[in-house]
Amino acid sequence: MIKNILNLGDAAVYCDFGKDVNQEINTNVIKYFKNIREKNIEGITNITPSYNKLIVSFDLEVTSYSKVKQLIENLEIEEKKEKQKKLIEIPICCETDFKLDHDRLEKLLKIKFDEILDIFFNKEYFCYMTGFIAGMPFLGDVNEKLRLKRLETPRVKVPKGSIGLTEQFCNIYTYESPGGWNIIGNTPLEIFNKNNQHEPALINPGDIVKFKQITKEEYDKIKS
Amino acid sequence: MTKSKVNFFTVERAGVNTTFQDNGRKNLNHIGIPTSGAMDKRNYLIANALLKKDSNSAVIEFAYQGPLLKYYGDKLFVAITGDVQFKIIKDNKDIINGEPYKVYLIENGDQIDIQSTNKSVYGYLAISENLILDKIWDSISTNTKAKIGSNNGEKLSNNQQINIEHKNRNTSLTKLNYINSKIEYIRVLKATNFDYFSEKAKEIFFNKEFKVTKLSDRMGMRLEGQILENIVNTNIKSEGLVKGVVQVPSDGNPIIMLADHGTIGGYPKIANVISADFDKLAQMTPGSSIKFKEVSLDEAEKLFKFYNLETNNLINQIS
Repeated sequence: MIKNILNLGDAAVYCDFGKDVNQEINTNVIKYFKNIREKNIEGITNITPSYNKLIVSFDLEVTSYSKVKQLIENLEIEEKKEKQKKLIEIPICCETDFKLDHDRLEKLLKIKFDEILDIFFNKEYFCYMTGFIAGMPFLGDVNEKLRLKRLETPRVKVPKGSIGLTEQFCNIYTYESPGGWNIIGNTPLEIFNKNNQHEPALINPGDIVKFKQITKEEYDKIKS
Repeated sequence: MTKSKVNFFTVERAGVNTTFQDNGRKNLNHIGIPTSGAMDKRNYLIANALLKKDSNSAVIEFAYQGPLLKYYGDKLFVAITGDVQFKIIKDNKDIINGEPYKVYLIENGDQIDIQSTNKSVYGYLAISENLILDKIWDSISTNTKAKIGSNNGEKLSNNQQINIEHKNRNTSLTKLNYINSKIEYIRVLKATNFDYFSEKAKEIFFNKEFKVTKLSDRMGMRLEGQILENIVNTNIKSEGLVKGVVQVPSDGNPIIMLADHGTIGGYPKIANVISADFDKLAQMTPGSSIKFKEVSLDEAEKLFKFYNLETNNLINQIS
């Protein structure tokens, strides 16, 4: 449940579900997200769930922090039927041009790159949330041997399709974007399709992702 | 030759970062779609009000150097807002030095040459007739980073055409007396990770100047100054972001989130710019200095009411 409610600026409510990151807490966050969304509360402009936080933004012309906070506190949460989890396979190429942080990964993890890849591909990942940029999935949990921090200074441009690692998570850059995650490879798949306005994201919260290593030749073939 | 029914502008020069904008998109942050929309809301609203258009009508937003547009079609009206230098070159070669906040008549063959914004970043061109643009998720706002919105998610490019749906809308040649004021401080509220920073960092944040760097755009504004030391953790678990959040990555230099910001971020949040100061923040040019001042939530709400009242008064003066 919500541990603490704070303001974030003058036009958002910050709901804190605690410090831990696990599937149980995340499921709770999503439950609140869905319930608030269904209420269609006047003035709410965005509801943004993440691992263990929920941010509810509002139009300051219409409502205020104290009003929205009260609404959330008094909300009756209904259990929602879980939709079935999907298993999605994502091909990645980890060769020359794509493994931008090859050296940094080897140096900080003190593991040879080949072994890093063995550990990385030998796992299925749970999608906790999508966002940052359109459709970017945040997946976990990465093996403890592969956990490292973000770059000290984020890159101004991370290429589209890049797969990044940070702490217990990995993600996929659905567009070229600034970003600070450690880049291990690149997928030729279109992860976000804006022309599908109803269901634009290939990977959604709750889905399971399995990565598959491919060669540059296979990459080019899928891309073309 | 028969008179053409198609009305359009041709883009003779696109300018630095010229995009179509409106009020932006709502309730899509959870799939990673930013809000977008005009960077300087007041100037955007005034531009539409001058031409008696709905407050959510599409405008052309430009940054620094604006576009040079040539018009082909039946007469229409335009208004430019912001601190902008421009001229109108009539078909007969007469040149009118443009004044912002004034409605101008544009006829077949006329050109609008938006030369630059003065000591500011953004300006707006509103057109009395409707621009023909695709809506995605209920908005025409273009987000060039995500390649979302009208114009295929791209900024304007040279030689493209902007089509107009001409309905002979009536308007009058009004003018509004308005001067964009400069701001001494950017006012902020402490944010959720304020206590991640050392006492010295807190003191620096509220007492020293930060410089706006060139790495600033519609997504965010990167600042440079004395390093803000984090004493807890330079990473947080990624969580939602809102406009105006001041994040500090581990290099200790703040980044402020603007209209096209990513929806989720993992850098600690030291502060949040108040809604009343968003327009003025967006207009700060690279090289200029920012000083932050702390206010309470109560003050921030009052300042927003005042900002809103001021905007509405300006719009009501247009008659």
